[in-house]
Amino acid sequence: MKKVYKCELVSKTELCPGIFDFVVKAPEISETAEIGQFLHIDCGGKTLLRRPISICDFGEGYVRFAFQVKGEGTRELAKFEVGDMIDMMGPLGHGFKMTPGEKAVVIGGGIGVFPVLGLARETDSAVFLGFRNKDLVIMEDDFKAVNDNVTICTDDGSYGYDGFAIAAMGEYLLENKVDMIYCCGPTPMLKAVKQIAEYRNIPCQLSLEERMGCGIGACLTCVCKTTGKGMAEHKQVCTCGPVFDAKEVVF
Amino acid sequence: MGKLEIDYCGVKFRNPIVTASGTFGFGYEYNDYVPLEEYGGFAAKGLTRKERAGNKPPRIAETPYGILNSVGLQNPGVETFAKYIMPELAKTFDTNVIANMSGNTIEEYAEMAEILSETDVALIEMNISCPNVKHGGLAFGTNAAVVEELTREVQKRCKKPLVVKLSPNVTDITEIAKAAEAGGADGVSLINTLLGMKIDINTRRPILANNMGGLSGPAVKPVAVRMVHQVYNAVKIPIIGMGGVASGADVIEFMIAGAKLVALGTAMFAKPDLILDVKREINEYMDRFNIDDINDIIGTVELN
Ligand SMILES: Cc1cc2nc3c(=O)[nH]c(=O)nc-3n(C[C@H](O)[C@H](O)[C@H](O)COP(=O)(O)OP(=O)(O)OC[C@H]3O[C@@H](n4cnc5c(N)ncnc54)[C@H](O)[C@@H]3O)c2cc1C
Ligand SMILES: Cc1cc2nc3c(=O)[nH]c(=O)nc-3n(C[C@H](O)[C@H](O)[C@H](O)COP(=O)(O)O)c2cc1C
Ligand code: FES
Repeated sequence: MKKVYKCELVSKTELCPGIFDFVVKAPEISETAEIGQFLHIDCGGKTLLRRPISICDFGEGYVRFAFQVKGEGTRELAKFEVGDMIDMMGPLGHGFKMTPGEKAVVIGGGIGVFPVLGLARETDSAVFLGFRNKDLVIMEDDFKAVNDNVTICTDDGSYGYDGFAIAAMGEYLLENKVDMIYCCGPTPMLKAVKQIAEYRNIPCQLSLEERMGCGIGACLTCVCKTTGKGMAEHKQVCTCGPVFDAKEVVF
Repeated sequence: MGKLEIDYCGVKFRNPIVTASGTFGFGYEYNDYVPLEEYGGFAAKGLTRKERAGNKPPRIAETPYGILNSVGLQNPGVETFAKYIMPELAKTFDTNVIANMSGNTIEEYAEMAEILSETDVALIEMNISCPNVKHGGLAFGTNAAVVEELTREVQKRCKKPLVVKLSPNVTDITEIAKAAEAGGADGVSLINTLLGMKIDINTRRPILANNMGGLSGPAVKPVAVRMVHQVYNAVKIPIIGMGGVASGADVIEFMIAGAKLVALGTAMFAKPDLILDVKREINEYMDRFNIDDINDIIGTVELN
């Protein structure tokens, strides 16, 4: 049986204004979690639906996730303090599929960097993280602690590589052969990465976002468009994803 | 502990709590959280004659105490359900399955009823009210004469109890309920979703790709209770009540208004194990008021 858990918040950090990093005590979730899966969180306040948030890291009975305050739900979530209990379902969905020994590129943009931290650690990879500007750069130390080939990119050039993470990745791919590209980020980044991967014939996995209801595959509200036919033209992001083979996704 | 068993159109339900079509998939997902045997029965995802891919995403938006959805009847089609899904459900779960169907023409509805009649479903719920399909639902659900004819034609080829699911998007729901009864319906269920809209003021675009969608959740509950009450007084056939049910107290309220079975829907998105709380609360209520049999509260509202 799966369960809804009440998990104690044990650490709360504001990474930069409006972006919070939470660690909760969640032994059952931690035990079965995979990189790329998500939590479905009851944020409280006047919200009716849960909010999907990716698992950023897990182990030893703890689960870490990070989020940006966007609207009502995430604003309420940010109000929890250490010692409070947070109601959540998880781990949900299908995570990234890694192959031992593969050489990979890991690319994340904005808050999309959180779910790929585990990939940066577990794979032999070059990591490209994109942010709008220097003030929004987050998780740099976390990534550099687990991977020695991390490139931080800023759109305005105020820090690190001057330009989009996709451009930095493109340059890297000119010189290096890789077996897989993993990506989580805003839709324009996902689209561009899919295009590059297809052009270069490199297998690629994308982590998608869609508005959700149940989070467990029952309500069919969270679908994305795929190459499937008939009913399979639309697949649930919550159960078939959130990680999809890029070839399958239609933007 | 009082008796919870309900007889609905000759079908035995372990308890009065079922689920609302489209919120519960084909049962498997929620069975991972609470065994389906805990429910009186469950309604499967709405079926159409042929498989459908449904509407474009986004398909869901949160509104005050409610949600809008525009799924648009994504489903594998009635034949796949009858041939592969239902036999598997019957083998796996010891509970009543309510099949829910939507059609574009009277003939389509009748064919579907015929196909579903050959399966192990307990009831056939005829959705004449889904607001998400062009040319479909609403036209049927809002015209009493059409509802009566549709029900009569479908009933001719239906060998299971036929429950007509009513739309709240009408001026007088009792007229439609009476038309269904006159056409030979064995029961009615209500309410389906209320047509609504949500606009992002920054982009001036609706959140839903379909622009409009069906409102459900606690926001619609008072409307649903009112309509169940009115329909209870207008027809003799039994009612499945739904719309915003989120607690045992809500189930009791719908039953007092006149529902014989009550469905959980949107509220389960946040609480996949809601049924357990609901049953506990109902038992507490029955103990508190010394009610031996849940049937004794149906339609017992005392008006001021
Ligand atoms: C699988 C998955 C993983 C995610 N992981 C993270 C993460 O690790 N960190 C993070 O900061 N954000 C993440 N998001 C996005 C996050 O879910 C939304 O930012 C959040 O739901 C916004 O809720 P709100 O109430 O603050 O905003 P509002 O705009 O007020 O939300 C209104 C409704 O729309 C939904 N919604 C709005 N934006 C999104 C969105 N981008 N994706 C899905 N639903 C949305 C909300 O859930 C809610 O139901 C993830 C989304 C998905 C689908
Ligand atoms: C996501 C979603 C999908 C639905 N799909 C169907 C459907 O296929 N057929 C149908 O008759 N009603 C459908 N409905 C309506 C519900 O069965 C129910 O009548 C309505 O949601 C009110 O109950 P609630 O507020 O408890 O959810 C759907 C509702 C939702 C939220
Ligand atoms: S959120 Fe309900 S199916 Fe994905």
